[in-house]
Amino acid sequence: MKPFVRSGDFWSGIALAALGAYIVSEARRWTYVSDEGPGAGFFPLWYGGFMVALSLVLVAQAVLRGAAPAEVRWSEVRRALTAWVAFVACVALMPWIGFMAAFALLAWFVVAVMARRPQRIAIPVAVGFALFFYALFDWGLDLPLPHSAWF
Amino acid sequence: MDVVGGLLQGFQVALGFNNLVMCVIGVVLGTVIGVLPGLGPPATIAMLLPLTMKLEPTGAMIMLAGIYYGAKYGGSTTSILLNVPGETSSVVTCIDGYQMARQGRAGPALGMAAIASFVAGTFGVVALMLVAPPLAQLSLAFSAPEYFGLMVLGLTMVVLLAGDSLVKALLAMLVGLWIAGMGSDLFSATSRFTFGRVELLGGIDFIIVAIGLFAVGEVLGNMEPLNPPSMIPVPKGLRNLMPTWQDMKDCRFAFVNGSVVGFLIGVLPGAGSTIASFMSYGIEKAVSKHPERFGKGAIEGVAAPEGSNNAETGGALVPLLTLGIPGSGTTAILLAALILWGFKPGPLFIQDSPQLFWGLVASMYIGNVLLLVLNLPLVAVFAQLLRIPAYAMNPLILGVSIVGVYTASGSMFQLGLLAFFGLLGYAMRKLEFPTAPMVLGLVLGDNMEKALRQSLMMSQGDPSILVRPIPAVLLSFAALLFLVPLFKKLNAFRVQVLERDS
Repeated sequence: MKPFVRSGDFWSGIALAALGAYIVSEARRWTYVSDEGPGAGFFPLWYGGFMVALSLVLVAQAVLRGAAPAEVRWSEVRRALTAWVAFVACVALMPWIGFMAAFALLAWFVVAVMARRPQRIAIPVAVGFALFFYALFDWGLDLPLPHSAWF
Repeated sequence: MDVVGGLLQGFQVALGFNNLVMCVIGVVLGTVIGVLPGLGPPATIAMLLPLTMKLEPTGAMIMLAGIYYGAKYGGSTTSILLNVPGETSSVVTCIDGYQMARQGRAGPALGMAAIASFVAGTFGVVALMLVAPPLAQLSLAFSAPEYFGLMVLGLTMVVLLAGDSLVKALLAMLVGLWIAGMGSDLFSATSRFTFGRVELLGGIDFIIVAIGLFAVGEVLGNMEPLNPPSMIPVPKGLRNLMPTWQDMKDCRFAFVNGSVVGFLIGVLPGAGSTIASFMSYGIEKAVSKHPERFGKGAIEGVAAPEGSNNAETGGALVPLLTLGIPGSGTTAILLAALILWGFKPGPLFIQDSPQLFWGLVASMYIGNVLLLVLNLPLVAVFAQLLRIPAYAMNPLILGVSIVGVYTASGSMFQLGLLAFFGLLGYAMRKLEFPTAPMVLGLVLGDNMEKALRQSLMMSQGDPSILVRPIPAVLLSFAALLFLVPLFKKLNAFRVQVLERDS
């Protein structure tokens, strides 16, 4: 496998070139210039075009550099992505079980599973934070947080 | 009425017991609001507005203004301690402030933020009092082409915010421009990049992107190692939390830069404190003898933007009070408050309501002193946040982020966006894309497009309108800024050649 294929710059350049191409293709559907002046497609067409050009420069740099990229520690990336999935799950659960329960679960997961702390620490931290946020914002400042049928 | 007479009358008003109490409530509440990410002054002032209808207008205005400038002081605390911008204008403070905290210099960073805020905030009030009418007239001369020039100049700051790769910084900025362009086009009502979602018609709120990139992205990064490094040690005692004399000397120019840039940007409606802080940071880095220290914990990188966003408050009140033009969301709400109380902000405001104008100016002097007194001893109190272990700090940041976004928008969809931008922030860190240029593009993109299209409409498509004297000067500066990396490369090559030959 060529060294550049394992480079983050190479793949991010490809992704950004695709985004730039999408922006340009969308912008071409909108008015570029009319009698009243520049239209909705004017500005996106330009920055989309610049994005494609610069992305290709990034890809070219990655290919020409040639040297092997820095080693990625996939176990660390997996841990970060696990935490992100837990965050998404918390947001997705909120309409069903409310902020207090969903956030308590997220906090428990972060403390007990990610940081591997004992339950005697994880549970009070999770419940305490959930109660703190709920009490301060929902009750104290009257800024409603997502509710469920119970909380 | 002359300035001295007006100011004396103002102090008589502001030092009255009720108004003094209102000032204290305003600045304390402002500091608290500033510390909490997502809960900004516009939301707080809007929430309190109905309550102030029962209060005496001068006292109420003093309190609301206290929240406005007090939040600027508080915003830096969260940026420095948690790498979360407490206020949108404190985004830039994250860059060097958080690095200082990581190096065990949280105290001096917090202390410097308070001192710079006081110096520049006071300068802003002095300037508001002395030069408000002529500066307001100057800003009246600015129309769309001049604003376009200003926005382009602001965007070229990306050159100074770039890390090792200018290409990556420019790409991040372009992504910021793309996000800024999402939603209904103001001129034609065309839906752009909304992916068929009604929630995106209004665009994406800046604060969601900022909290996602800076806070959630940071937490995800913190989760990577199984045994994360212990949190930043907190020095004990107020003396250890204060900047050193050398720090103060290093920041001499930053005080001046922050004060002047912040005030001038504040006077221009629409520019805002975030642009002011980015600009002063860029200038500070550009003139520094050691620009390589920026982004790695340079104390000037804290003093300049913090000073700038506080001086901007005084500037923003100039067009509001003398022309009736609000330059930001917060000043728009303050304008609404003044109108609700029966005042007419505009050229005759100072003449018709001297008690309110001069009372407000005097209260801002008092408020800035109160904030300095409050924030310096409280630096130690806020620094205690760092004693919280990482396993507790991470859910705390996630909780503040969720609550901040949800209370501002009331929408689950926006929380979904927060998760998306959190992942994007993490990915950008891993791929070594700088996040600040993206935020810069997001802040300036909308206004820049508006200014460009208005300019070309004015000239019926003739681009020569962009080379009128003021925009021409601004665009020339922008072009020069773009040449900075080239000069640096040439200089490095020259040094290499000299070393090889010697």
